[in-house]
Amino acid sequence: MTLNLKSMALAGVGALAVLLASGAAQAQSTTLTLLIDNGPQTVPVFEAYVAAFEAANPDINIEIETRPGGGEGDNIVKTRLATGAMADIFTYNSGSLFQAINPQQNLLPLTNEAWQANVQDSFKSVVTSAGDVYGAPYASAMGGGILYNIPLYKELGLTPPKTWDEFMANNEKIKAAGKVAVIQTYADTWTSQLFVLADFYNVMAAVPDFAEKYTAGEAKYASTPAALQGFERLQQVHDAGYLNEDFGAANYNDGIRMVATGEGAHYPMLTFAVGAIEEISPGNTANVGFFAQPGNSADANGLTTWMPDAVYIPKTVSNEEAAKKFVAFVASPEACEVRNATVNPTGPYLVKGCELPAEVPPAVSDMLPYFADGGNNGPALEFLSPIKGPALEQITVEVGSGIRSAADGAALYDEDVRKQAQQLGLAGW
Amino acid sequence: MKRRASIIGGVAAIAGSFVVFVIPFIFIILMAFKDKPQSALRDFSWPQGFHLWDNLVQVVTTRNWMMITAFINSALITVISVTLLVVLAAMVGFVLARRKTRMNGLIEFLILAGLMIPPAVVPTIWLMQGLKLFGTLHGMILIEVAYNLPFSIILYRAFVATIPRDLDEAAIIDGARPLDVFFRIILPMLWPVTVTNIVVQSVGIFNDFTNPLYYLPGNQNATVQLTLYNFQSQYNTSYNLLFTNILLITVPPLIVFLFFNRQIVAGMTAGAVKG
Amino acid sequence: MASAPTTARSRPSTYPVWFFLPAAIIYSALFLAPTFASLYFSLTRWTLFNSVFIGFENFAQFFREPFLIQGLMNTVMYAVVTSSLKVVLGMGLALLLTSNIIARGYLRSVVFFPVLVSTVGVGITFTVLMHPTQGMINQGLALIGIKGPGWLTDPRLALYSVALVDVWKGVGLATVIYIAGLVAIPRDYYEAARIDGATAWQNFWHVTLPLSRPATATVITLSFIGGLRTFDLIWAMTKGGPGFASDTVASVIYKQYQAGFYGLSTAGNVVLFVLIGIIVVPLTMFLNRKQGHE
Repeated sequence: MTLNLKSMALAGVGALAVLLASGAAQAQSTTLTLLIDNGPQTVPVFEAYVAAFEAANPDINIEIETRPGGGEGDNIVKTRLATGAMADIFTYNSGSLFQAINPQQNLLPLTNEAWQANVQDSFKSVVTSAGDVYGAPYASAMGGGILYNIPLYKELGLTPPKTWDEFMANNEKIKAAGKVAVIQTYADTWTSQLFVLADFYNVMAAVPDFAEKYTAGEAKYASTPAALQGFERLQQVHDAGYLNEDFGAANYNDGIRMVATGEGAHYPMLTFAVGAIEEISPGNTANVGFFAQPGNSADANGLTTWMPDAVYIPKTVSNEEAAKKFVAFVASPEACEVRNATVNPTGPYLVKGCELPAEVPPAVSDMLPYFADGGNNGPALEFLSPIKGPALEQITVEVGSGIRSAADGAALYDEDVRKQAQQLGLAGW
Repeated sequence: MKRRASIIGGVAAIAGSFVVFVIPFIFIILMAFKDKPQSALRDFSWPQGFHLWDNLVQVVTTRNWMMITAFINSALITVISVTLLVVLAAMVGFVLARRKTRMNGLIEFLILAGLMIPPAVVPTIWLMQGLKLFGTLHGMILIEVAYNLPFSIILYRAFVATIPRDLDEAAIIDGARPLDVFFRIILPMLWPVTVTNIVVQSVGIFNDFTNPLYYLPGNQNATVQLTLYNFQSQYNTSYNLLFTNILLITVPPLIVFLFFNRQIVAGMTAGAVKG
Repeated sequence: MASAPTTARSRPSTYPVWFFLPAAIIYSALFLAPTFASLYFSLTRWTLFNSVFIGFENFAQFFREPFLIQGLMNTVMYAVVTSSLKVVLGMGLALLLTSNIIARGYLRSVVFFPVLVSTVGVGITFTVLMHPTQGMINQGLALIGIKGPGWLTDPRLALYSVALVDVWKGVGLATVIYIAGLVAIPRDYYEAARIDGATAWQNFWHVTLPLSRPATATVITLSFIGGLRTFDLIWAMTKGGPGFASDTVASVIYKQYQAGFYGLSTAGNVVLFVLIGIIVVPLTMFLNRKQGHE
């Protein structure tokens, strides 16, 4: 029955929060709850953050709670925010998913915190709603593109492609050598979206105002040839027979294992996966390289980038001051050092003063030129527009499995996008 | 000769049932004994070395002993809601079978509706929030009671109809109050169908996945079915732990089965034929 | 007889109407009220904080959902396949298990036990067993020279693979219900049939089958409703995939809920409830009418 009482107490958290926030009762030791996703990159990093933070602030105690990622996680975050049962601090996506959790109503603005001066504007823009900044980055920027197996490339004498045609030519040689050219892992449906999402740099190169028009409901995937191309590419690799035999049943971990061990040559993925290689296939991090998703011309080759997730504080926080202190720590160079000591870096940091270690895995060093002077990169659509249709991953599974044609898939996705835009209450839909 | 035919048929049936019904469970057990690399192969093979204990310790201690919390939560939800179901459904079933009023038609319609209509999830969440029941164990218990009442009432009503009225009427002459009559005389007489109710509903509620998924978010509220679900993403490299988890949550139904095997079948029989 | 008027007077308090109250309150608050509320909310665009009335737009949207028509078909197919297999296999197993077979106790136990086991656990186990290349089922088939299909990855098969697992898990209940029905058939009928010189087949067709109709009605009703509402097994095994190939109405509802389309999700609920109404009500009436004729 104590548990029952505990949960009753939890229901009263809203009321309690008001009391505590009024500052009347400042306890000696404060306990905060922290809700994070259960990704293999997230859990150890936050355990290390909390340990370092608690050592510096003995009066604050932080309890970590985990949730699943993906759609399941979105659901949990939305429901807990809507019901006032959110933890004191939580992690969640930036960009369009951040817009969908109703930030102005649910989150505490962090616009005027001192650490904001050190955060890059490119990140701030993806956690901003109606002029207020709500989140702090806890990881590095990422690239979306194609992970490849370096030994296999050497063995077959291949070079990383700059155009889609070169990519397909490489695939043909790999297939001829009896290897799996492209790994797909549709048991984790989200992994099926990469060919479409990571193609966005190429879309913007061809149609510079696509994001704007898309948000306004004027540009559609099905009727914009450059945008449709991502779906077509997904269909091409399937139709050419480049996929692993068990693409429908393999999962994300299988995909990483295959690209790390050379069972397969290419795995379209975000670079955060680099951090997971060591755990899944020990000793193979050095065998995995990376290149941006190739487009139509070598001159316009560039990388589609992803902003990392952020930490947020809900309005229902039990102790605002303590929670802000922790968020400030997460956005500090010290936290980056803690991170570097815990997991392999996966890309450049977004906080001034954060340095990558001297030795980075090849997939990360392959990515850095795109960020350097003269390199080309641009954010993924979900950071330029608040609208991302929730059914994209099912649609890309269909297109990538040969169940549905690219054109049909794109048209279906346009419909999905319309639904999301209406739910968000955007004008013009 | 007939005897021989029945032996051959029996052996065939045993072999067939073994392949279809027993091997999947053996597979679960074998997986739970394996270490991580071997379990990753997901094949039907003899474990190399016995890692069951290590796996158990790891599953139970993950996430701050979430498994223990989950077992306590599931036990509380199951025991309390089944108790409420038995008492409340027996009360309704008893009066419904005994007293013919104009309301009976409406009540029976509502019961059938409850069996058929899928619950409206989001409005329920919205309402539970208003009542401060959302995400709480007692809210979850009330949900389980509400959703399972119709089935229990049907079982009780059918059974009460088979008990002679003389018994409760005799008690009235003694001047007993209705609650006394109900708890001292009626409820004990309903024992056979109560056992069915307890077994069927407790298995159903213990194994319920959908409703806690919707109505009981939060780690401190995890139920055993949700641990499996939550761990699925975390354990997707560790099939040994995933299957140890499955094995662990199969133990309570196994115990129920071993103790109540006969009553389940007898009770089902009674319930099914009359209901 | 002197006590008769007393009995009549006090009967109302022996069977007090307030016995309905506790159950009625819980049931109304947590089941009936939300069900009625759903009729309104299905006509709104809803964020839990506020709702905008949009008429039948949600229903229009719901029927434009990719494969919703297929989702409806899937739901009905799933219910038909699972309930008919449960009837046929349940009846067969019950005949076997009431016959003079050896190891009857063991057989009853193994057939019934899956009923009690966690659906999600069963789903995960069979997902592993049905893996197209590494799964035990296809490896077993490979031993006898058959290349097994992609049980859960072939869009034409996925729904039926899940349905098979549903039958695996639920056939024990159907069997027990049939056993009860068969045991209740008076021996006289078989005696009479024997005297008439009936064959085993005639016995089954003219005695067993008609007289176990109440059991059939129970099995069909229970498994049909269960099949139409099915969610947890599908969600644990395919999440409606690949793509939308094994989506049922319940999984579409859950996906809309997950995406935050609360009004749309609730509209889906109303669709499911209407679907169940128009299929199950006539079905039960049909089954019960037949039963009345016996």
